[in-house]
Amino acid sequence: MFRHRTGSVVEELQLVPPSKLAIENVSKTFRTATGEVLALDRVSLQVNEAEFVCLVGPSGCGKTTLLNIIAGLEKPDSGMVLADGKPVTSPGRDRLVMFQEPALFPWLNVLGNVLFGLKLKPNLTNKDRRNVARYYLELVGLTRFERANIHELSGGMKQRVSLARALAPNPRVLLMDEPFAALDALTREQLYGDIQQIWKARRKTIVFVTHNVREAACLGDRVLLFSPHPGRIQEEFAVDLPRPRDINSVDLAGYATKIMRALKSFSPERAAAAV
Amino acid sequence: MRRFLSAASFFVVLILIWQWAFQAKIWSPVLLPSPMQVASYLKNAIEDGTLGHATVITMSRLLSGYFFGIIVGLPLGLLTARWTLLRDTLGTTALGLQTLPSVCWVPLALLWFGQTEAAMLFVVVMGTLWSVIIATETGVRNVPPIYRRAALTMGSKRLHIWLKVIFPASLPFIISGMKQGWAFAWRSLMAAEIFVTILTGFGLGQLLHYGRELSAMDQVIAIMVVIVVIGLLVDKILFSPIEKFLHRRWGTSQA
Repeated sequence: MFRHRTGSVVEELQLVPPSKLAIENVSKTFRTATGEVLALDRVSLQVNEAEFVCLVGPSGCGKTTLLNIIAGLEKPDSGMVLADGKPVTSPGRDRLVMFQEPALFPWLNVLGNVLFGLKLKPNLTNKDRRNVARYYLELVGLTRFERANIHELSGGMKQRVSLARALAPNPRVLLMDEPFAALDALTREQLYGDIQQIWKARRKTIVFVTHNVREAACLGDRVLLFSPHPGRIQEEFAVDLPRPRDINSVDLAGYATKIMRALKSFSPERAAAAV
Repeated sequence: MRRFLSAASFFVVLILIWQWAFQAKIWSPVLLPSPMQVASYLKNAIEDGTLGHATVITMSRLLSGYFFGIIVGLPLGLLTARWTLLRDTLGTTALGLQTLPSVCWVPLALLWFGQTEAAMLFVVVMGTLWSVIIATETGVRNVPPIYRRAALTMGSKRLHIWLKVIFPASLPFIISGMKQGWAFAWRSLMAAEIFVTILTGFGLGQLLHYGRELSAMDQVIAIMVVIVVIGLLVDKILFSPIEKFLHRRWGTSQA
């Protein structure tokens, strides 16, 4: 299908080196109706090139906040985020986000959505952009749907388009905020396989936020456990299983149980303290 | 086809009832002319050019005022949504003036501009402007913040976000505001044309007015029919395609 690529499309589709992320002493406080909440309390974390890191924790533990700070969508009160040694001060297309709710634009069709980020990249002709977009649509298995309207897609297909849209500008980091939380189990399982494959094929550094322990164990090289009030990294688990991983495998269940036990060990007490 | 037939038979029945009421002499024929009389007035008015001329005059007043109102209203609406200061000032003003029936602009327009085209234009602009400003502002404020965030991460900035994200995202609101503005402008222009004679051109409203002066009921009813038909056509030609597109894209209706 892509035999007739022009030079710049080939260039555009080449792998970019994945980023190394350094989160250093990041703190963030939110003012709410009931007072101040310390969402993140001096969180430090290293993510290696092309590493798949999962952030797990109960809701309100600041994991999404941390993701937004890495994306540059929010600013930390103190501390900093470095991507390849450079401080992150604003959003940038080297770090693309896939949100929980599909943030697809309903006024554009599927292809238009995937093209959105590409159109902001200079030095490409529109034909190149379309070819690049089609490459990613093929990667997520939606070639046939490029003309479809967003509302015509199922939840799983929407998230596939979101994934293609996030991949299309060829970022160095992919930030995923509970992207599969709203999907049914069957669709999710399919996507676990796909995301592992795509991660391997496109070599991205991925930070993946979830509250699903099994999902984290299935996808992550490392799983970081967050505790709420204040948001801190409580524990770290390296998942040492061959890929691609099957979410239903026994070994994986072992990891998940271990992580779940740790999660339970601090959650109720923390929750009680917070009340 | 079936839908067309049922609609057509509905109107045929309506005209038959009218004809029956005429023949039964429920009202004096001066007050209720027959469908044929109205049709023959229309035929004559079309043939001698009166109707075409009046329609062109009215529509050119309407369209120029309407598009002026949109061209000014859209950016003002965007700016109003963007800056709190403008929202508190211009936004409140627009909200207040929108509640003012647009006919109420006619006396002021006449005193300011005299019996001129400018007065007509002013009335139409006032009918359009406030609705468009308010609808645009509401539309912008209803854009889910996640669209903006998603666009930001993809490298979209300020003006690009406004043009490529916030504006298209608020289109459903903007279009309904434009539709409302159209309705207001159309009504106020008719009122203005009926009230005052502008020597530079006799519009449909003036034809209606002279119909009354001459007690020519066939003319009154014929012009009313023309006004209704124009309203319908504008809806079908100007708004329907846009609304259909929006419904298809957003998936808001099966139609």
